[in-house]
Amino acid sequence: MDKLTRLQQTRYLFARAGFGATPGELNDAARKPLRKVVRQLIKDSESFTALKVVEPDENTTKRALRGLMRNGQLDRDMLRERIRMNAEKVRDLNLQWLDQMASGKGAFREKMALFWHGHFACRTMGQNPLFMQQYANTIRQNALGRFGDLLMAVSKEPAMLQFLNNQQNRKNAPNENFAREVMELFTLGRGNYSEHDIKEAARAFTGWQFTPEGQFVFRERVHDEGEKAIFSKTGAFKGEDVIAMLLENKQTARFVTGKIYRFFVNETDDKNRVEELADQFYKSGYDIAGLMESMFTSDWFYEAKNIGTHIKSPVELLVGMRHALGLTFEQPQTQIFVQRTLGQILFYPPNVAGWAGGRNWIDSSSLLFRMQLPSYVLKAAEVTVRSKEDGDVNTQLLARKGGQRFQVKANWEDFETAFYKTTDADLTDAIAAALLPFPLNTEQRTLIETQLKAAQTRPERIHALTTALMSLPEYQLC
Amino acid sequence: MNRRDFLQQSALTTAGTLLIPHFLKAYETQAMGQLPGSTGKILVIVQLSGGNDGLNTVIPFRNDIYYRERPTIAIRPEKVLPLNDEIGLHPAMGSLKALYDEGLVTVINNVGYPNPDRSHFRSMDIWQTASDSDQYLHTGWIGRYLDAACAGKTQQPFRTIEVDDTLSLALKGNNLNGMAVLDPKKLYNQTRSGLVTKLGQAHHDEHESVSYLYKTLAETVSSAEYVYDKAKIQTSSTTYPNHELGNRLKTVSQFIQSGVETSVYYISISGFDTHINQPGQQERLLGQYAEAVGAFMTDLKAANRQNDVLLMTFSEFGRRVKQNASNGTDHGTANNVFLIGGGMPSRRVLNEAPNLTALTDGDLTYSVDFRQIYATLLRDYLGTDDVTILGRKFESLKIV
Repeated sequence: MDKLTRLQQTRYLFARAGFGATPGELNDAARKPLRKVVRQLIKDSESFTALKVVEPDENTTKRALRGLMRNGQLDRDMLRERIRMNAEKVRDLNLQWLDQMASGKGAFREKMALFWHGHFACRTMGQNPLFMQQYANTIRQNALGRFGDLLMAVSKEPAMLQFLNNQQNRKNAPNENFAREVMELFTLGRGNYSEHDIKEAARAFTGWQFTPEGQFVFRERVHDEGEKAIFSKTGAFKGEDVIAMLLENKQTARFVTGKIYRFFVNETDDKNRVEELADQFYKSGYDIAGLMESMFTSDWFYEAKNIGTHIKSPVELLVGMRHALGLTFEQPQTQIFVQRTLGQILFYPPNVAGWAGGRNWIDSSSLLFRMQLPSYVLKAAEVTVRSKEDGDVNTQLLARKGGQRFQVKANWEDFETAFYKTTDADLTDAIAAALLPFPLNTEQRTLIETQLKAAQTRPERIHALTTALMSLPEYQLC
Repeated sequence: MNRRDFLQQSALTTAGTLLIPHFLKAYETQAMGQLPGSTGKILVIVQLSGGNDGLNTVIPFRNDIYYRERPTIAIRPEKVLPLNDEIGLHPAMGSLKALYDEGLVTVINNVGYPNPDRSHFRSMDIWQTASDSDQYLHTGWIGRYLDAACAGKTQQPFRTIEVDDTLSLALKGNNLNGMAVLDPKKLYNQTRSGLVTKLGQAHHDEHESVSYLYKTLAETVSSAEYVYDKAKIQTSSTTYPNHELGNRLKTVSQFIQSGVETSVYYISISGFDTHINQPGQQERLLGQYAEAVGAFMTDLKAANRQNDVLLMTFSEFGRRVKQNASNGTDHGTANNVFLIGGGMPSRRVLNEAPNLTALTDGDLTYSVDFRQIYATLLRDYLGTDDVTILGRKFESLKIV
């Protein structure tokens, strides 16, 4: 493949560092030096706005609700209703985050936070919206800062401590789950610690607990104060000491950088390059934005072998479509339906290892659904697919679709304006260049253009071409 | 017809059509038939999602502890449909009892796994991937069966089918995926109308991801066509109950009788998460289950295929022995598994009934690892290499 055009480079950058760009944004950015565009992306993500679906004092945990019922303050139906309302708030949190991602404001921060959501995979236990809200804001707030701060903050989140059973980790009755996942999934990766390290680290994490109000607490009476031997150091370590030791170990930089590389650059990693980046990451004191900036400004980032290798996750696909066209869903529930059907619901990762990603997103039914999604969204085509329930009576509402057709508003005006100067003959290729990682080949162009009818106005032509182009398998890639 | 004419004549509807590679046609020319090493047997799996209460399904109707721990939801002894002196089926399961009396049902008690997880999604994950409880796999055991059975051949997703709109983790393999078909006609139309009709030579052959997508699409289009064409051949004369499971088993029967070359079918039904007011809800669900399975086996018998088809039913966990304060039950551990049909030895309960005096934290203690059942089905029934698929050797059960 020839060297990428500036527009192609810019499209690729926006797709990887965020959720894509509108054709207008692309046109603007393609006129500036890449380095400047990268800086701007980072700068635009400096500010942070918290998601909010519940006030801390409004929240009642499932356990507390059950207690109220036992005391006769709630009857069975009221209990059920309250648990359902909690689940609904988690759903609202999901939708609020999607809106934030799709708005384009701080897209780089949100994309990075989505990555961390998969890395620090956490699911709501007991449908607790407050815990998930705090967790979401913690990964969003620290997404571009220092990895050490992020690791410490997310490890102390009640949602995480609950998910990884640290409340059950006590002196005399250790639960190793939290210590194990912190090493295996968050920092070192499998094979870089011993079972002994886990056992001893678990002792250090005893006492890391949380209150029903969502506060981290260190409970001295359940903490094991004895000496522990971890990574050939001995001392009366606490949880904070273990986190510090993990950060001190360069393997953590290597493991995390490798995962970032596979997510943001190429699923097949380049050992030497990752080692170089990890070195920088480690030396910088785990500066995340710095690491990302040097990736996004490297020549190798824009090499043809990296283009179009990333299969968009369902959330990336949905958000990307929303952003490109300024879409809003009149029934927000449909966006949960899309996530569930395609296998990625925010705040409901499949397990502690997060979403597998890559080819795991694609099978016969998910690919068909992805290719039909533009027609559902832009042409209100009838949706006949049903998504599966997950067995949990409390998450049934996540499976509900709400209507046979999606009701969606698009901001076509802005989209069309970007092609104001494009001739009719160039229109197909120009839209394709804004949406797809590769130029169309002759046959594809011919087929896409059969969607056009003679009497169509220019806006109608743009709509028809856009829908068709978004339906191509290539649109699944970025 | 040359390529250009073909492309021009392709019907386009909603949004455009894709271009089509000729390796699609591989299916039409490739000889179909059994998978290598296969016994020609068919496995049908029915997953009861939500954690079915096994103690109120296979009921220890002579056990005082059972009645003591479940004062308002226990099934009275006189209503139980006895299988032997100790245990019997829920009264709504008359059709299953009839199959048992015919010698078609095997009950396996106390099925579970070490360090059980009481979360739905995690436990379902464990059952679907056949992993240990502290291990996370991205592939399902049936997906890996497909990997092993079809190694080196063109992928044929329809070799393992989930009767549904979306595909479960159980059917996702490393290299190959099974296929989700709820309604063959609907799926066929989806691949014909809309934009998907036919797709072309993927011109970006140098791009691995692109060719992977086009290959998946090609296989989908081709498999959808194959299943639709094949399934038209035979329709069933047996009457099935008109609910979700009834309809899905009817579809499976139609596929089997039409000669669709599928080895494993997968169906999942939901609603078994009975924390509140369990009795009515479970009665309805178990009734539907028994009725649908009864119709299915009757249908297969009429077609003389009862011995070729084995239906396995499981749930991700059982419920706790003690009922809760809401006339329901909370998440527990070990559970029973049913094996039905498949030409197995006469009616039986394979192992000991749950021991309610030897509980683990108030839950039933497992004695059979569910992967022993998988291993047995894979090796002795389907004739494949269970160790490759499950990652290690599990002691088999003498059931097949």
